[in-house]
Amino acid sequence: MARHSEEDAGMAKAPPAARQRKKKPKENKTRTVHANILHDCAKGDENPNRHYANNKIKTTKYTVLSFLPKNLFEQFHRFANVYFVFIALLNFVPVVNAFQPELALAPVVFILSVTAIKDLWEDYRRHRSDKEINHMDCLVYSRAERRYVEKYWKEVRVGDFIRLRCNEILPADVLLLSSSDPDRLCHIETATLDGETNLKQRQVVRSFYDLDCEFDPLKYNSIIECEKPNNDLNRFRGYIIHRSGRRDALYKENLLLRGCTIRNTEEAVGIVIYAGHETKAMLNNNGPRYKRSKLERQMNVDVFWCVIILLVMCLFAAVGHGLWMFQYGDNRPVFDVLSPEGTNLSPIMSAIYLFLTMIIVFQVLIPISLFVSIEIVKICQVYFIHQDMDLYDEETDSHLQCRALNITEDLGQMQYIFSDKTGTLTENKMVFRRCTVAGVEYSHDANARRLAMYQEMDSEEEECMSHGGTLPRRDSVTSHQSARVVLRSQSTKSHRRTGSRAEAKRASILSKHTAFSSPMEKDITPDPKLLDKVNDCSSQMDFMRFHSQPMSQLPSDLSDIIDFFIALTICNTVVVSSPNQPRHKVRMRFELKSPVKTIEDFIKRFTPSRLTSGSNSSSSSSLITNRSSNKGCSSLLSSPSAESTLTKLHEEQPSGGLEQAFSPIPPSYDGKTSWNLDEGELRYEAESPDEAALVYAARAYKCSLVGRLPDQVIVELPHLGKLSFELLHTLGFDSTRKRMSVVVRHPLTDQITVYTKGADSVIMDLIKPPDTGNSKGKRQKKIVCRTQHYLNLYAANGLRTLCIAKKILSKEEYACWLQRHLAAETAIQGREELLFESALQLETNLHLLGATGIEDRLQDGVPETIASLRKAGLQIWVLTGDKQETAVNIAYACKLLDPEEELLTLNADSQEACALLLEESLHYIQAKFLCSPSGPTTKSFNTNFSPFDIYSSSSPSSQSTPFLVHRLGLVIDGRTLAYALDKSLEDKFLAVARSCRSVLCCRSTPLQKSMVVKLVRNKLKVMTLAIGDGANDVSMIQVADVGVGISGQEGMQAVMASDFALPRFRYLQKLLLVHGHWCYSRLANMILYFFYKNAMFVALIFWYQFYCGFSGSAMIDQWYLIFFNLMFSAFPQLITGTLDKDVSAETLQQLPQLYVNGQNSEEYKPYMFWMNMIDAFYQSLVCFFIPYFAYADSDVDLFTWGTPITTLALFTILLHLGTETKTWTWMNWMSIAFSIALFFTVALCYNASCPACYSPSNPYWTMQRLLQEPLFYLLCFITPIAALLPRFFYRACQGTLFPSPVQLGRQLDKLPADIRRNILSLSRVKVGSPLCPKLPFLSLAKASPKSYYKKDGRSVSGSKQGPLLQTDEAKRSPLQPTDSDMHLSDLYTPAPSEVDTLPYTKDNPALSGELQTSSAADSEHLNKTIEPSDVNLSSCVTSTPLPAQADSVQLSMPPDGASQCVRYTRNSEERLKSEHAVSSAHRTEPPTERPLQAASFSLN
Amino acid sequence: MMASSYSAKDEDGHITVSGPGGGTLRNKKPENTAFKQQRLPAWQPILTAGTVLPAFFIIGLIFIPIGIGLYVTSNNIKEFEIDYTGDDTSSPCYNCAKNFSWNNTKSCTCTIPFQLDQPYESNVFMYYGLSNFYQNHRRYVKSRDDSQLNGNIDSLKKPSKECEPYASIDNKPIAPCGAIANSMFNDTLKLFYNDPNGTSVPIPLTSTGIAWWTDKHVKFRNPVGTNSNLTAVFQGTVKPVNWHRPVYELDTDPENNGFINEDFIVWMRTAALPTFRKLYRIIQKKNNMAPTLPRGNYTLVVDYNYPVRSFEGRKRMILSTISWMGGKNPFLGIAYITVGSVCFFLGVVLLVIHHKYGNRNNSANISN
Repeated sequence: MARHSEEDAGMAKAPPAARQRKKKPKENKTRTVHANILHDCAKGDENPNRHYANNKIKTTKYTVLSFLPKNLFEQFHRFANVYFVFIALLNFVPVVNAFQPELALAPVVFILSVTAIKDLWEDYRRHRSDKEINHMDCLVYSRAERRYVEKYWKEVRVGDFIRLRCNEILPADVLLLSSSDPDRLCHIETATLDGETNLKQRQVVRSFYDLDCEFDPLKYNSIIECEKPNNDLNRFRGYIIHRSGRRDALYKENLLLRGCTIRNTEEAVGIVIYAGHETKAMLNNNGPRYKRSKLERQMNVDVFWCVIILLVMCLFAAVGHGLWMFQYGDNRPVFDVLSPEGTNLSPIMSAIYLFLTMIIVFQVLIPISLFVSIEIVKICQVYFIHQDMDLYDEETDSHLQCRALNITEDLGQMQYIFSDKTGTLTENKMVFRRCTVAGVEYSHDANARRLAMYQEMDSEEEECMSHGGTLPRRDSVTSHQSARVVLRSQSTKSHRRTGSRAEAKRASILSKHTAFSSPMEKDITPDPKLLDKVNDCSSQMDFMRFHSQPMSQLPSDLSDIIDFFIALTICNTVVVSSPNQPRHKVRMRFELKSPVKTIEDFIKRFTPSRLTSGSNSSSSSSLITNRSSNKGCSSLLSSPSAESTLTKLHEEQPSGGLEQAFSPIPPSYDGKTSWNLDEGELRYEAESPDEAALVYAARAYKCSLVGRLPDQVIVELPHLGKLSFELLHTLGFDSTRKRMSVVVRHPLTDQITVYTKGADSVIMDLIKPPDTGNSKGKRQKKIVCRTQHYLNLYAANGLRTLCIAKKILSKEEYACWLQRHLAAETAIQGREELLFESALQLETNLHLLGATGIEDRLQDGVPETIASLRKAGLQIWVLTGDKQETAVNIAYACKLLDPEEELLTLNADSQEACALLLEESLHYIQAKFLCSPSGPTTKSFNTNFSPFDIYSSSSPSSQSTPFLVHRLGLVIDGRTLAYALDKSLEDKFLAVARSCRSVLCCRSTPLQKSMVVKLVRNKLKVMTLAIGDGANDVSMIQVADVGVGISGQEGMQAVMASDFALPRFRYLQKLLLVHGHWCYSRLANMILYFFYKNAMFVALIFWYQFYCGFSGSAMIDQWYLIFFNLMFSAFPQLITGTLDKDVSAETLQQLPQLYVNGQNSEEYKPYMFWMNMIDAFYQSLVCFFIPYFAYADSDVDLFTWGTPITTLALFTILLHLGTETKTWTWMNWMSIAFSIALFFTVALCYNASCPACYSPSNPYWTMQRLLQEPLFYLLCFITPIAALLPRFFYRACQGTLFPSPVQLGRQLDKLPADIRRNILSLSRVKVGSPLCPKLPFLSLAKASPKSYYKKDGRSVSGSKQGPLLQTDEAKRSPLQPTDSDMHLSDLYTPAPSEVDTLPYTKDNPALSGELQTSSAADSEHLNKTIEPSDVNLSSCVTSTPLPAQADSVQLSMPPDGASQCVRYTRNSEERLKSEHAVSSAHRTEPPTERPLQAASFSLN
Repeated sequence: MMASSYSAKDEDGHITVSGPGGGTLRNKKPENTAFKQQRLPAWQPILTAGTVLPAFFIIGLIFIPIGIGLYVTSNNIKEFEIDYTGDDTSSPCYNCAKNFSWNNTKSCTCTIPFQLDQPYESNVFMYYGLSNFYQNHRRYVKSRDDSQLNGNIDSLKKPSKECEPYASIDNKPIAPCGAIANSMFNDTLKLFYNDPNGTSVPIPLTSTGIAWWTDKHVKFRNPVGTNSNLTAVFQGTVKPVNWHRPVYELDTDPENNGFINEDFIVWMRTAALPTFRKLYRIIQKKNNMAPTLPRGNYTLVVDYNYPVRSFEGRKRMILSTISWMGGKNPFLGIAYITVGSVCFFLGVVLLVIHHKYGNRNNSANISN
């Protein structure tokens, strides 16, 4: 406050003080920003920036005054509220009123005020946080004081100059005008905006770039024109107009966004462009989304039915009343009271009035508290999901986030899952696996072993010390590395002693706090062969440099190797930072010079003399600028690291002059503190994990990136020491080009070199066609050929491939290109397109250096998760942008595709071909699976094939998958997908896709992803879930019913768009199978119960109408009537709705089949509503007529009779809840006891409070008197029991005769743990396993043979439902064996794997051997067996395990089914290709001829 | 739902330097408590034939004896009922009933002889019963002013709106107002014992103690105490239209006059069902030796004032003894026996089911 007044005084004192205004014409398209200090003379309305929002943020919805009207207005948007208010108001009409009008308002007011209080509290919280944020400090330049003064954030205005210091948070969107950084850079961390933790560079506006002295706001007199505020974080365009009239363009690189943190920069000054709510961060911040869940939609239908029932009841009563009146004729009985005016109403009129009255009396039928209760329960559910430890990831210290609060129960009803691959199934931890350079493959076996080690480490069992010992060491040079490994393992061990390994991991990650730098990603074990070559090569180069020999004499393979690593090192945007001060970049400045920005610059720099100069240091040494020396180069030179001192000294000699010139401070100074400590610990801040992986890989070969500045990259090479590459241009990565390039000047050869790195498909097309004439060309061709071969191999192993290429430009070529490029850069219109074209021009005729294979490791537990989700009846589709081979292999690795199942691969390059392919696939599927419905077809892949299903008669599986799902996998690529998604083909595509067990869409664009989801969702009417982690998944996430974001390493866009955010994919299992199931069943049961409860209560009054002349009278005191729902019976159902667990979490996870329960909406089917209604009416009849007869012809009065009925109803309702409650915790007991106690307390108090109030019931002392009567207790005893007898009996019978799977699961829960485990493991092994003995448990299958049969029949008929399929089948059937034999035999081969084995079959031997182990143990066991420390690790670690399951296949092969089926013989692909001109539907046959590489490669 | 929008916004400006120098690691790990992990110890009943079976038998075994007890108790209650509506030409009250309406001021008396076959030993309660009289009609039930009946002077002078159109006549307030009071039962019933020796002995009927104690002493009060002159208190009010006497002349006993007249209080307690009885008088047991009402012939003398023919109502006089469970009503006993038997039967059914089908689960589970 003191500061406030001081400031105000300051402003007043200096009339031309910091707030000034000037008229400015309003513009529509752009925003013009003037500096505030220029306009300080004019206060108030003169400021040109006054129209812009100030920096005060206000996220509150209400003010003190507006709260009530606004909140009410919002609440009345909900139809139910309006309805209830209407009813309450109806009570104010005397003719129709049923209750005391004020009392009738109570529930509505209560509901409204609960919501209002909730809103108010939330608003208050927002207000507080706003206040906190608004009162943060920042430095704003004050003209009056001619210095920066502290101000609150909220006082910052557009046009203010603010000074930012390191680690400060930006208060507004600021245009960077000055930075203490000698490169005029400012580093920011945008973690709060997009979750990316890497540093991003921002540049000072170009016109302020060359400013020598510190930026002086007083001298600033430019005007900024820029875009209107928008929410695009990645776009900012505008220009700055200087007084001189010069215009300079502004980019997003100049803009610092609110919420980001300044890092690595001492100080920066900028001018505020957007403030407060107009900042991009705030514009991006939209609240949670509202979706309506399936259950709620279903519920709304039943609410509608309730309305109908209500109206029917009212109508009935009205007619009854009319007739009752009519029977008395004109002779009015004494008890038929005239209207207050004394007029006599006609029967018809009173019937009409009565209709309205009855609506009021029966209003409870529409449950007013239902909506509130559902909201409360959902909030509790969300709370519990949040609190689940199993969904908490220790590594990242993050847990599941529910961003949409009202669709929790949808999680229990999913049918289709659409998943992204990278980052979702995989860790998005890119690990360098192998590479090929100049056509020679380096398999990096040691590296593979190392990775295998991590895998083992992940499976907790591993002894920690052992890997320290066995971890492959680097060669002698890297002794420190292995020392560190030991160190790490020790620390790991110590951590493990105290806590979990994950904890240790997290600690290490947090301490380093750099993305993509886990030890697994960093410590790459080099291939000894390649390492030798690199050493060899660099020493040769060193030698040559020393002897001033031209580098071109180097053997081309060696030069390729060194170029390869240089490319890996520099062709990226990785920023280097040092470990001690984590966010201080390491500066290895040899010179200061901007990238080539103008032609003059180019000419100046690339004078012929220098270009031809052989001196490798000339370019650097000749370009000493004053500024850098003025600046003192505070953080400059490195000194050689300890172990390479010799080489360093050696190498430094030629460039010694240079270094001395640039190091006024002794080299040791910097070296000691930041650089020399541990060279290996340089930290790389990469924007993408691939980049980091490659840089780390290069570092393993001693080609380390040690510094990056906008104009140069410093690389340390073995023997050669540090080399500074002059960075001329960086052509960033974009998804259309799929590559990036850097243009550098090579310090050794002084040539202008372009290094390009990109997707193999693109780069291979850009390779300069080798001229086959000479030997070099031939060699080149061979290299390309071989590289392609290895690329295919990598892809087949599931590696991500990148090609590295280079190109040497002559000076003329460069000049020519540069001209255009510069033109493009400065263009204001269509800059992006021009730059794109310019890049295209440059990246041609490349020289292939090699290729890398990066492994994107599967996340922990992905195969298990997918397997169990699939068992849960979920269809899993993977939509990925990756290439087909990689995707297919990852799919195998994560058990999405089963080696035993057939693979349909659709690759078409035209619409017609695609149509044809789909047609053929459809025929194939039909022919193969429908020809013998009694045979193997019916044993179509049944996801729920387990003992549980066999003896559950309700056969949920066939309902969940109305369409037959075959053991087929479908792989389709992006282009084909585009055709298939065409209106004309989408039905066919869907018909094919839905009959396949798994679908894999490769190379799909974000739009296609969302189209696929939309298609499935709309056409199949199923519940869809989309899961992804990156920006490319956002559209898909938004389209799906439930969007799940993985809060991984790729930023927050997906999370922001999602409904739920998970730290890892495997958590999806628990989220869906457990929480989804629970949420669904809890809520479904609660809603049903709600309907029941209200109907039961209202029906009591309805029956009474028959005994009160349909006069709308109620025997239940209006207080009870109104508060019954709201208070007396509200808590137990909330507790049950929140806490009830039908099956324990463990069983739900071990028996995913139980999930089908939710998919089929088995807890809440439409008929159940009616069953509940009937039950409600029955129960109310009992509750009404037992007291009726008990009190018949007695002297009981209206309310003394009504009170026991109320009590009975309460008991009955609570007991009903009791029979439906599956788990009784103390909370349930308490809530029921509380309900009863509350009722009696309220009743006793109410009945004792006021002898003459509460007209008309006036229940003085009623309850007290009742409690003295034995009759009351007798009634209370018999009625609830009689009322619940049928339901109880039904439940008991159902539990024994036809238990639902869920009930069986519950029974399983009760068994002792070991027996349960036993049964579960048996259920897993059972199918298809020859080892499975005849178990009594399983032999129960015979108990319901009928249902089994029925299931079959239904599924068959279901399969014929698809109209398309049916017609096709009909068309084809006459032709069948012959034609299809002829036709299809070309395409398909018979499937030996056409059996009903589970995907786990191959693990059977292992499993059955260890039946006692739990499934968790099984999965770990699985990991181990799959990845033995075999010699041939290369195939094991990355790709699918080789199955050996011949016996199980043979065993379950249906003999006659196969013979009936159409015979297909092996295809000849050539014929197919020539016929259809498509690389056609193609089948890989993994089980026996596993080398699927060959199979899938033939596609390309 | 707002909470998450809040937190989303929170991210925008929150200073959480969880970086390397951040020092304190925020640990968001959820607490491992049974409640938060939804692992509260719980009883998990599973409803199957086997588990539920005992409950059915137990209920059956409990209910049937109770039912029998209730039935016997109810049967021991003596009750005598006589309809004196006078619909029948043969009925002694036919003449009175035929041409009687609310407007009649002269009462009509009829005498009904009856015979008690059994002696009534304990206190005998004398009720009048009405049928087809909808005292529970919504507008009827509301048509009263409790405040007035509670002795509130203001309400006496200005009855509540609820009493309309029986609130006032010619701007004079009606006391007691409302339709309930207006339609008060006003037959007078007298009971004579026809001694075997020919004399007709009037049986003493107690008219107090028939209303709830709380009604008499708390809910209903005369405007100013009980001792002052009621005539003066009710000055300025008029009697209800259908009444023959004003409220302050209901009884001669000042303790039973005005609003605290027990007949009036009993009437004001509106019956729940259209067929109802209301306590009229109590015949106190005189001594332990003689029965309250010995066997023999009796005469009921009715001052027939209350017309019921317009709505086809019936009027009855009931003599009844009571037990601990109230008046004679065999229903509850039968109900208990029925429910108990049904439970028992269902228990047997479940036993069969359990025997036939239930075993397979258990054996399957156990055999593993």
